[in-house]
Amino acid sequence: MGRKLLLEKAHVEGIRHYDVYRREGGYRSVEKVLKTMSPEAVVEEVKKSGLRGRGGAGFPTGMKWSFLAKPEGVPRYLVVNADESEPGTFKDRYLMEFIPHLLIEGMICASYALGSNTSYIYIRGEYWWVKEILEVAVQEARNAGFLGKNILGSGFDCDIFVQPGAGAYICGEETALIESLEGKRGNPRIKPPFPAVKGLWGCPTVVNNVESIAAVVPIVNDGGEEYAKLGTGKSTGTKLISACGNINKPGVYEIEMNISVEEFIYSDEYCGGIANGKKLKACIPGGSSVPILPANLLLKTAKGESRMMTYESLSDGGFATGTMMGSGGFIVMDEDQCVVKHTYTLARFYRHESCGQCSPCREGTGWMEKILLKIDQGKGSMSDIDLLWDIQRKIEGNTICPLGDAAAWPVAAAIRHFRDEFEWHVTNPSEAVVRNYGLANYAKPLEVATPA
Amino acid sequence: MAEEKKLFKVTIDNITIDVEPGTSILNAARQIGGDVTPPAMCYYSKLKDSGGKCRTCLVEVAAGSTADPRPMPKLVASCRTNVMDGMVVKNITSDRVTDARNGVVEFLLINHPLDCPICDQAGECHLQDLSYEHGKGASRYEFKRRTFDKHELGPYIQLHMTRCILCYRCVYTADQVSNERRHGILSRGDHAEIATYIEKSLDNDFIGNVIDVCPVGALTDKTFRFKNRVWFTKPVDAHCKCDKCSGEVQLWMRGDEVLRVTARKDEWGEVKDTTKGEPGWICNTCRFERKKISDWVIEGPTQVNRHSVISQGHYVGVKKPHETIAKVMGGRDPKLLMNIKDVSEVNQVELSELKGPATSESFKQLKKGN
Ligand SMILES: Cc1cc2nc3c(=O)[nH]c(=O)nc-3n(C[C@H](O)[C@H](O)[C@H](O)COP(=O)(O)O)c2cc1C
Ligand code: SF4
Ligand code: SF4
Ligand code: FES
Repeated sequence: MGRKLLLEKAHVEGIRHYDVYRREGGYRSVEKVLKTMSPEAVVEEVKKSGLRGRGGAGFPTGMKWSFLAKPEGVPRYLVVNADESEPGTFKDRYLMEFIPHLLIEGMICASYALGSNTSYIYIRGEYWWVKEILEVAVQEARNAGFLGKNILGSGFDCDIFVQPGAGAYICGEETALIESLEGKRGNPRIKPPFPAVKGLWGCPTVVNNVESIAAVVPIVNDGGEEYAKLGTGKSTGTKLISACGNINKPGVYEIEMNISVEEFIYSDEYCGGIANGKKLKACIPGGSSVPILPANLLLKTAKGESRMMTYESLSDGGFATGTMMGSGGFIVMDEDQCVVKHTYTLARFYRHESCGQCSPCREGTGWMEKILLKIDQGKGSMSDIDLLWDIQRKIEGNTICPLGDAAAWPVAAAIRHFRDEFEWHVTNPSEAVVRNYGLANYAKPLEVATPA
Repeated sequence: MAEEKKLFKVTIDNITIDVEPGTSILNAARQIGGDVTPPAMCYYSKLKDSGGKCRTCLVEVAAGSTADPRPMPKLVASCRTNVMDGMVVKNITSDRVTDARNGVVEFLLINHPLDCPICDQAGECHLQDLSYEHGKGASRYEFKRRTFDKHELGPYIQLHMTRCILCYRCVYTADQVSNERRHGILSRGDHAEIATYIEKSLDNDFIGNVIDVCPVGALTDKTFRFKNRVWFTKPVDAHCKCDKCSGEVQLWMRGDEVLRVTARKDEWGEVKDTTKGEPGWICNTCRFERKKISDWVIEGPTQVNRHSVISQGHYVGVKKPHETIAKVMGGRDPKLLMNIKDVSEVNQVELSELKGPATSESFKQLKKGN
């Protein structure tokens, strides 16, 4: 069984509250940091740990922290991104709901490292009950002297505020989040300037995912080097994966990044195999924005190696034959799922969530949705598939924020790997509305070109 | 002695120019002028924070700077990217840019009503220009176009939301030029719209300027509504003594009738600076209420030097932007696919020769006379 660093104690009775959390060893990292470490030393430990952002992009957290501008006399802010709205991703909710103090503990350490005296948790509006849990936890930490003025006599002041969003996926994009936090319309900002220079209220700001900040706790407690011993290569430590779809055991799993995708799907410790004795057809391993892969390319890379649950292995082969770790929303599809319908569902989501600032995303997402619906309803033509490809190509890379790319990639990957299925919808319109294309050869092992 | 300021060298489509540090690629290209200047539908130099949204001004940065000559992986919005010393930019010489820009134009058009024949902006519409240059003959969009319910914006300003391209210019104008903003963007994505939420009229002294900044016919002047096509009117520069604004305006006349009053515009379609060097925003009184020739001191015909379909007409003293295209494209001219003079009667005649009101009749006669 892999090591657990975040969720190990998540199910201890009463851990949601301060007393039990403290008794189980909570807030040790705050004591260590405030009493024995300089802010720079904390940043150094996080750098050594190799921790990569858990919000989707996988950017090294320590490096991000060291980019934070530190002009004299200007406040700096830490903002925790708890907007978690990517379809398939529900790991942050789990962490905050069961063990909220872990996030707060991590935030205090991170705030100290970054010099943030006021830190925020921007939480998705639909998670209203989690917001209440967090607010109780913040109050408990304040009462225990871990928040407020002069924490543990160290001279460091820090307070935390929980701000709910109003139900917009785009407010998870860090600059839209900052706008929303400032009370404005959640439109992503045009970069540069980056938040590290001009973020919240025009001040230097770090935005990090919930899980990234929670991981600071074991990093401080055990040291960055210890943390880096877990996992594989540049994918250090553990990762929360929210598994869903046609599997026997959907849920949130903390994995050490050294297991294979196959083990994750089929072992009883994790997903427990495909539900109802069906076969695996496809999977989106990192939340709805990352490319979908057919079963054969999911389990083995194009080079014929076992694909691992690591940042590098999942993206092996680039977009041609790989995908991404993303935010860890692991969506599994069995042989009964229709890739066209599924792609349509995602396109509808992105059309609905586009902020509408830039033309390619505002107009292109709706256009893709309409064409996909048309194909799904058996009214499409072959040229629609090419048109779809052309539209996604003209959105990707040409927008203000990555939502445009996130809308384009799933469509691109679906056409790239499942073109047969799209064409079948066009050539068999009457059948396509009553049955699914099925597994076809998507699970058939691929021939690996032997290196010359 | 003042220290000499270091200028940055930037090369755009093989033409090199020295510009002040802090200049955007778009403004550097405007200094060169002509075809190497990317089209800009949302950027407006006189409005802080504008730009970055429409994506028509995307360019390729082939080399970031002398210090770091790596190319930028993505196309960048030239209006919001500053030049670096030694930067090499490709606009019309880049196939990637042409491809992306064609895409952006197509996106802007799929839900546009294409009602130019009944739109007051026709003839001076930036979207019209853009479609001439980059649009296709036919649309690949085969679905129902998006439409919006009509909202009233008061006695002076007509909103046709269906034509809006969400450039946000009118929002910045209301914030920065008028003393109160009552309208904004509601909703998001392709259902976002300009509105006042609860029906309110836009009426404060400078709000009329939203009409001048709107690149399309989404915001038009109710006092000019359906009065005439702009190419039948004669633009003249005029001024008056106004206690609210500079009083320096452009009148759009037919015979002795003042049909419309607007701010004076430069070759990029933006409001010009006044003779005192301030942005030439005009007040509502000048724009909507001074419609008698006796209200104004006429200075003479406006030099139409705008990059616009309207400048294809024969106005007095048309200043054409100097064409750089042949220079950078080896003689190839990929611009207008169609010569508007081939299809429009209007452009066959010298407008300045018309005395009195211009009607289609007078055009026919003039043509016969030729
Ligand atoms: C459309 C969009 C939605 C996003 N939603 C989230 C989100 O819900 N949670 C999150 O942590 N990051 C989200 N991100 C990524 C953030 O912009 C940002 O990269 C992240 O919060 C950085 O944290 P990390 O470095 O700890 O991963 C989103 C990005 C985009 C473009
Ligand atoms: S890419 Fe989409 S979501 Fe992002 S800024 Fe542009 S319109 Fe808004
Ligand atoms: S109404 Fe005109 S100025 Fe305002 S956002 Fe729309 S297109 Fe731009
Ligand atoms: S003018 Fe640059 S993006 Fe619109």
